[in-house]
Amino acid sequence: MNELSDSLSGKVPKLNRLFKFQFEPAQDCYVLLFPEGMVKLNPSASEILLQVNGERTISDIIDALLTKFPDAEGLGEDVFAFFEHAEEKRWINYV
Amino acid sequence: MSEAKHSQPGPPLWLLAELTYECPLHCPYCSNPVNLGSREQECDTDTWLRVLSEARAMGAVQLGFSGGEPLLRKDLEVLVKHASDLGFYTNLITSGIGLTEKRIAALREAGLDHIQLSFQAANADANDLIGNKRHSFEQKLKVAKLVKQYEYPMVLNFCLTAQNIDQIDDVMALSCELDGDYVELATVQYYGWAYLNRDHLLPAKAQLEAAEAKVNAFRAQQQGKSPHFIFVTPDYYEDRPKACMNGWATTFLTVTPDGSALPCHSAKILPLTFPNVKNKSIKAIWREDFSFNHFRGTDWLPSPCKTCDEKEKDFGGCRCQAYMLTGDMYKTDPVCSKSPDHSLMAQAVKNSESPSRELVYRDPKVSIPITEI
Repeated sequence: MNELSDSLSGKVPKLNRLFKFQFEPAQDCYVLLFPEGMVKLNPSASEILLQVNGERTISDIIDALLTKFPDAEGLGEDVFAFFEHAEEKRWINYV
Repeated sequence: MSEAKHSQPGPPLWLLAELTYECPLHCPYCSNPVNLGSREQECDTDTWLRVLSEARAMGAVQLGFSGGEPLLRKDLEVLVKHASDLGFYTNLITSGIGLTEKRIAALREAGLDHIQLSFQAANADANDLIGNKRHSFEQKLKVAKLVKQYEYPMVLNFCLTAQNIDQIDDVMALSCELDGDYVELATVQYYGWAYLNRDHLLPAKAQLEAAEAKVNAFRAQQQGKSPHFIFVTPDYYEDRPKACMNGWATTFLTVTPDGSALPCHSAKILPLTFPNVKNKSIKAIWREDFSFNHFRGTDWLPSPCKTCDEKEKDFGGCRCQAYMLTGDMYKTDPVCSKSPDHSLMAQAVKNSESPSRELVYRDPKVSIPITEI
């Protein structure tokens, strides 16, 4: 475990109330909507955000994703990197 | 127009529904057309409901309810509910005048996602004078509190002009006090009434630079905290035009109160015939209409744009600006320093130093005498 994962794994992320997360059929992807704007999400980011419910810790989320995608390599690191990015973008904050 | 040329434009991601041009305020910088039309021509509820359904089916996702003042439509809640059920992200763009607690709660219930509240200035005297409505500042403060109380994301919008841009520190302080999530510090763009009043409204270059420096200094000490300030500059002092509306009919669709469908909210001024949603589907308008295809892509570009390596960046700039300033909508936006008409921009700046006509309020019923302030 590195410094980043140590500081994050016990945290409980929730979606920032400024953002709405939904699937867009016309774009064929999940998006984040906010006042007058939209971010298209790639499949990995979407899978991670689908696990965010304001109750699960980041390690719970990693466990859930490992069950769903047992062959994914480096999944934990990807999840930590995503949350670092998501906090910077203000998509999520911590309970 | 050949069909092959524009085989499949992307969806109109952004739908701006201008429900009515009626407004309790009379700001001289209004971007509404100078010819406002009458309320009798406004689309009825069923037409709007159909427009929302059709646009959503094509992939529209952001929806702005705007105007004039959209709150003047009694069916606003019905439209918001339908839009929300369809999965739109719904934005209410309002002056706040008439937004009672009862209505704000009903809109929440209907599924409204966000409220953008406009201010004319950071103090009552200037605010009420610019909007030509007494006690409007006081009402806006109350509305801002309600917006927060009902837990909407709140965007504050300040239109900056030569008259209020020097008070930008007060504007930022008020924005913090009201706890806005995002704040648009938008120097006015010169369309509609604002174009008519441009000589009065255009800030001097020094005013603009001073304001931008203050915004940057303020941001630096915020350390990532809210509100998030967005500073929008006018393009009159630029060397390159804006990629207006992200490119003609690529992303934005405006429907005006009378049902005209436009690729941007000011395109009605152009010598083109635009379709109407009352007798044409959104799909037919977006994909097939002559006006929407007319400036799509880069094939139509004039010289010097045609051979310019930046043509994919700005698509020749704004068609309305080219038309208003040069009288020819096919020309390069004169903001571009490569345009043969670029000297018009310097001329506009020079004219603003000594306006040749009086400042007029938008469609005034009664004017607050200027001498009162």
